[in-house]
Amino acid sequence: MALPPHIAGGTGSAPSRTPVYALVGNPNCGKSTLFNALTGLKQKVGNYPGVTVEKKIGTAYSQHGQPITVIDLPGAYSLAARSPDEAVTRDVLLGRRADTPQPDRILCIVDAANLERNLYLVHQILDLGRPVILVVNMMDVAIKAGLEIRIDRLEHELGIPVIACEAVNGRGVIDLKLAMSRADLPLSRHAWDIPAPIAKAVAELQASLTASDGKPPLIARAEALLLLTDQDSVRVAGSTPLSSRTAELLRGWQQRWEGEGTDWASSLVNSRYEAIGRIASAAVTQAGAAGPTLSDKIDRFATHPVWGWLTLGVLMTLLFLSIFTLAEYPMNLIDGAVAALADGVKANMAEGDFRDLITDGAIAGVGGVIIFLPQILILFFFIGLLESTGYMARAAFIMDRLMSRVGLNGKSFIPLLSSYACAIPGIMATRTIEDQKDRLVTILIAPLMSCSARLPVYLLMIAALVPGEQVPLLTKVGIMLLMYALGTFGAFGFAWLFKRTLLKGEPPLMIMELPPYRLPGLKDVMLQMFERGWLFLRRAGTVILGISIVLWFLAAYPKAPDGATAQQQLAQSFAGRAGHLLEPAIKPLGFDWQIGIGLISSFAAREVFVSTMGVVFNAEAEGDDTAPLRQALLAAKWPDGRALFTPLVCFTLMVFYVFAMQCVSTVAIVRRETNSWKWPLFQIGYLTGTAWILSLVVYQGGRALGF
Amino acid sequence: MKLSELAVGASAVVRELPKSGTAFVRLREMGLLAGTRVSLIRLAPLGDPLEIRLRGYHLTLRKSEADHVLVDPVS
Repeated sequence: MALPPHIAGGTGSAPSRTPVYALVGNPNCGKSTLFNALTGLKQKVGNYPGVTVEKKIGTAYSQHGQPITVIDLPGAYSLAARSPDEAVTRDVLLGRRADTPQPDRILCIVDAANLERNLYLVHQILDLGRPVILVVNMMDVAIKAGLEIRIDRLEHELGIPVIACEAVNGRGVIDLKLAMSRADLPLSRHAWDIPAPIAKAVAELQASLTASDGKPPLIARAEALLLLTDQDSVRVAGSTPLSSRTAELLRGWQQRWEGEGTDWASSLVNSRYEAIGRIASAAVTQAGAAGPTLSDKIDRFATHPVWGWLTLGVLMTLLFLSIFTLAEYPMNLIDGAVAALADGVKANMAEGDFRDLITDGAIAGVGGVIIFLPQILILFFFIGLLESTGYMARAAFIMDRLMSRVGLNGKSFIPLLSSYACAIPGIMATRTIEDQKDRLVTILIAPLMSCSARLPVYLLMIAALVPGEQVPLLTKVGIMLLMYALGTFGAFGFAWLFKRTLLKGEPPLMIMELPPYRLPGLKDVMLQMFERGWLFLRRAGTVILGISIVLWFLAAYPKAPDGATAQQQLAQSFAGRAGHLLEPAIKPLGFDWQIGIGLISSFAAREVFVSTMGVVFNAEAEGDDTAPLRQALLAAKWPDGRALFTPLVCFTLMVFYVFAMQCVSTVAIVRRETNSWKWPLFQIGYLTGTAWILSLVVYQGGRALGF
Repeated sequence: MKLSELAVGASAVVRELPKSGTAFVRLREMGLLAGTRVSLIRLAPLGDPLEIRLRGYHLTLRKSEADHVLVDPVS
């Protein structure tokens, strides 16, 4: 039988087109650092269509200046995929993804200090019959741990080029590029013994996969081995379901083994580790017993029953302090720049609707969102720092027990915590959660964490709520804490509910590596921060631009007669009419149509409520000083003369803001991260519905109690 | 005895893991096999999950899984 060209050419001769390398490795082995070192800033970051897994492709240059395409595949422990990330790695390597070229050659990176477990994935990849280069990274760490790794022995045992490397400082990268530039790469001659009872099944499955499923022979063998590693054949098959003949064959073998009592699932993993053990014992010598490492010493403190909590608390406090204090300066700059830009346009354009559209619609709207960019970037930076130092895993370890009470695992902690500053980075950080359902639950509840855009609304309402010129600090803090607690308990309540009903699944696992602490790669952290920030701008920016223009239009048309004040204009605009339209629905909550306008405008960003109230009641707040606006609010009346902003109404409005899903940027990000409109729409529905019901209960209950 | 019953700081050799179950397939692939030497490093501050050391690296797993991993302690 003629082999397909990419297998026939498998002796490793260099293809004539730009060669495609896949970079594969376990999480925490320095893969991203190596990718950045190889490709510099020549990277394209996107998403694999249909799943929310980051797709990174870059260009490296060979010794002769020829371009080489490098695909940075998501970190994986095994080709028997357990998470969407691992499934993408498996599918690209097996040539199942039409949107990604099947790699010609594979670059496997392993952690020198943790060779055995890292070699497990390499061992699976050698079965694919592609030329492989092995990069042994973090040689310095291994040497410090007293390990002697003989690269020549590894080369000898595996029969492939092996490069010693320290990706952090670029050591070994030139050697690696030399190896990548080679026209011929040898195929591995490593042979391992598939246990006898399994070998026959592998051969039969391979034949069936080739004949009935149309797989190339070597891929078929690799798939057969995966089918006999994971017990869930549907999961292994993924997007390419097994033909009935292959499925039947597999079932037949499984039943037979089950009858005989053969532990087939572990025997393949066992023989791989036996083969790896032989390689490792030939190549690695442990020079004396290593004492406790620095990581061990740090962990004695950082995961200590008392000091562990303290460390976590201090770090998280620092994080929030820096978000709120550091972000202030760039936020003021952005605020000033946006205002200056709007003024500039005003000065240079003829008066008219088009000018207003640009200044009051586009510039003001987009400005209102990019003002959050510094906070978002700082948050991305910290999340990146926590990931690259290894502390993220410790936080998950400490918090797991608490999170498990509502059916989640420790990995949901950091995304949820980040959401107190802004739900967007929080939701984007949920990608570290392997289990799809857990990830979805975390995304669904993230907006309940009171974000910083709600702060101005809370502050205004507290000011209006408490009589007297100066609000006592204790009252302010007390009410504020109450709102944060309400959102947090709401979030955990809904997580508990969703995990029991809508997104019921296996109890989440907490099988997680605790990587050694490392100094963060600042360059990599910064790069990732800008990539994510840019992603947010592109995604949310376009939506926000559209929404801002729509909101401007609603507030600017139809035109009031000449000489009308801004207040009168808004009152008779479409927005004003929408407020009136909304009034029957929100009157039971104690809100009138004017508050309704504020609720609608909050869709651009929640803090817009404050400026809208300023226009509606004709009293602009001066910077942080809400006193004039507060006076105006207190003077506002229903048509029958009752006060509008009674303390009960202010309180109800805050409760509404705790729960309601009003942020279009978040909707846009949820749409992207869940890859469907179903979940963001569900989220809007359940959150806003809860907000309405709870506000009703609070307002009507409060009235009944005589407030 | 069960892996979850091991004293903090003690070492053991794995005797047996359940044949099926998503968690145990993954634990095997992470190198936790019959015959593998493990030591229990610590429990999380709230008593669960556990941190173990095997093949030169650290791994966490919940008590609910560790309850099903049988080990023979070594001194």
